[in-house]
Amino acid sequence: MLWAVATILFLMFRLMPTNPLAAYIDPTFTEEQQQLLMAKFGLDRPLWEQYFIYLKNLLQGELGDSFFYRQPVGERVLELLPNTLVLTFSSLIVAYLFGIIVGAWLAWKRDSVAERATIPLVLTTRAMPEFWLGMLLLAVFSFTLGWFPAGGTRSPGSEYDGYLALYTSRDFLSHLVLPALTLAIYSQGLPLLLMRSNMLEVMNEDFVTMARIKGLSNWTVVVRHAARNALLPVMTSFAIAVGYQIQGNVVVETVFSWPGLGRELVNAVSASDYPLAQGAFLMIAVVVVLMNLLADLLYSLLDPRVSHA
Amino acid sequence: MHSETARAEPVKDGTILRLIKRIHLPLDDPFALAGLIIYAVFILVAVFADQLATHNPLEILFTADYQLAADLRPGEDGFVLGTTSLGRDIYSQLIYGSRSALLIGITAAFMVAVIGTVVGLLAGYFRGWIDVVLMRAADIAFGIPFLPFVIVLSAFLEPSIWNVVFAMALILWRDTGRVIRSQVLTLRTRAYIDAARVAGSSDLKIVFRHIAPNILPLSFLYGSIAIGWAILTEAAISFLGFGDPETISWGYMLQDAYASQALSTGGYYWFVPPGICIVLVVVAGFFISRGYEEILFPKLKE
Repeated sequence: MLWAVATILFLMFRLMPTNPLAAYIDPTFTEEQQQLLMAKFGLDRPLWEQYFIYLKNLLQGELGDSFFYRQPVGERVLELLPNTLVLTFSSLIVAYLFGIIVGAWLAWKRDSVAERATIPLVLTTRAMPEFWLGMLLLAVFSFTLGWFPAGGTRSPGSEYDGYLALYTSRDFLSHLVLPALTLAIYSQGLPLLLMRSNMLEVMNEDFVTMARIKGLSNWTVVVRHAARNALLPVMTSFAIAVGYQIQGNVVVETVFSWPGLGRELVNAVSASDYPLAQGAFLMIAVVVVLMNLLADLLYSLLDPRVSHA
Repeated sequence: MHSETARAEPVKDGTILRLIKRIHLPLDDPFALAGLIIYAVFILVAVFADQLATHNPLEILFTADYQLAADLRPGEDGFVLGTTSLGRDIYSQLIYGSRSALLIGITAAFMVAVIGTVVGLLAGYFRGWIDVVLMRAADIAFGIPFLPFVIVLSAFLEPSIWNVVFAMALILWRDTGRVIRSQVLTLRTRAYIDAARVAGSSDLKIVFRHIAPNILPLSFLYGSIAIGWAILTEAAISFLGFGDPETISWGYMLQDAYASQALSTGGYYWFVPPGICIVLVVVAGFFISRGYEEILFPKLKE
């Protein structure tokens, strides 16, 4: 699976029209120096040989050096991964908490005015370009009201030793609010709609009727009996949402200058820093594939009926 | 839109009309109806963009006293929505943006629906190695992060709005393909398919004459979702700076506004309208596809 993605990536990056070393070569370099560089990066060898070297290096976790930073790509990518993961998980947790509660509530209040009004509203949040939502929040809460900083993960000049110190600082958290809120507004729709439709399904099942006959209060029936069972598929969708969000992060990270994988990918592609672009892309693909796999596993684990079906 | 043309035609039981009847539009649902109206308005705007626009969207404009008409507020000097910091008319850009949005949306939706439908039909009907190969390919397509893929692709190809369509055709058939395949799997066991086979119909005839018409509404459903996807993707790509600078699109306008610091100078008149246009068109697609789902899967309504 990952091998296929890596192969496609290799072909894309090697068969493109521009010279991969264009960014590296100074116009003042002589022909000879250029040849030397080509040899150094192995670009003078036949394509199939390059491909096998590439695969071998990948297996050893060797992603090459960034043209721009002159630093191993693997190192750089792993440096940025935590920033992306923190942003993704914090926004998704908020989105899922909100989505599950409101979704369950909507199922309870079925056919009320509130329900009729909320569904189109939720669809509208799904239709918003994430970066536009980010721009609106930035303009209002950062530039006009001045409540939150406009970008990055920390104030200029501040230093933290280690990720933990950074991630627990007030400074970082105030930087996190707007990008996380942007992503959360966008992603709450999925858990909300899922929770609502699952609830509607579960509420029709016999055991819920049974609970009602037993004379349990409406609250107990909805929360203790129905919601618990409706929750399962929503939880498995979380894994898929993580994989999905990692891709969507690209634009939001760019709007908020958030130093994560997505923004790095955009910058690397713009600067023709191919090894770095390739590394960032591959890292994102790894997360996507792992999360799809996890979703499949969770699904059969949490709901044994699936494997019997 | 199909139904409008259908109603205008005299009733004739041709193949095309039968196909159009299959795509019954969801007109009972108020939201779906609203979606169709939004689509109709945007199509009209796109068609009559030349008449509606007041200026050339890329022309750098000057005021009556030969000053650069830059950063004008809405209404100033007769610019309905003001001007950009390079002195371009925002209203005219907005009008022309509808053209690229609809062009991309419709072609991408068409590609996704056609490729997904053909893949689903072939894999579901013939099974065997065709099925294995196509579904493996779909698995791989699911493993490729879509937006990063479009970014890399757009960076390597010449800047053009068709990059997004191309990328969507390469990747996004996967969802449609899988759903249609499973639908075909249930259809092929029906008695009327057996009857057709016994009567001597060839495989191709069974697939395209007996199975395809029944999955057409599903293709259409996924197509209408893809319209929104295409417009959102194009906006994101243009916003990241990988779009075609010669073509005005809503994403390009947003990128222009962002790069020109319109956020910090309170230029809401600049970056709010294009976003609203995107939301309207995309949400219209969602409403229509929801109305569709209710026709296709009436159980949802209960």
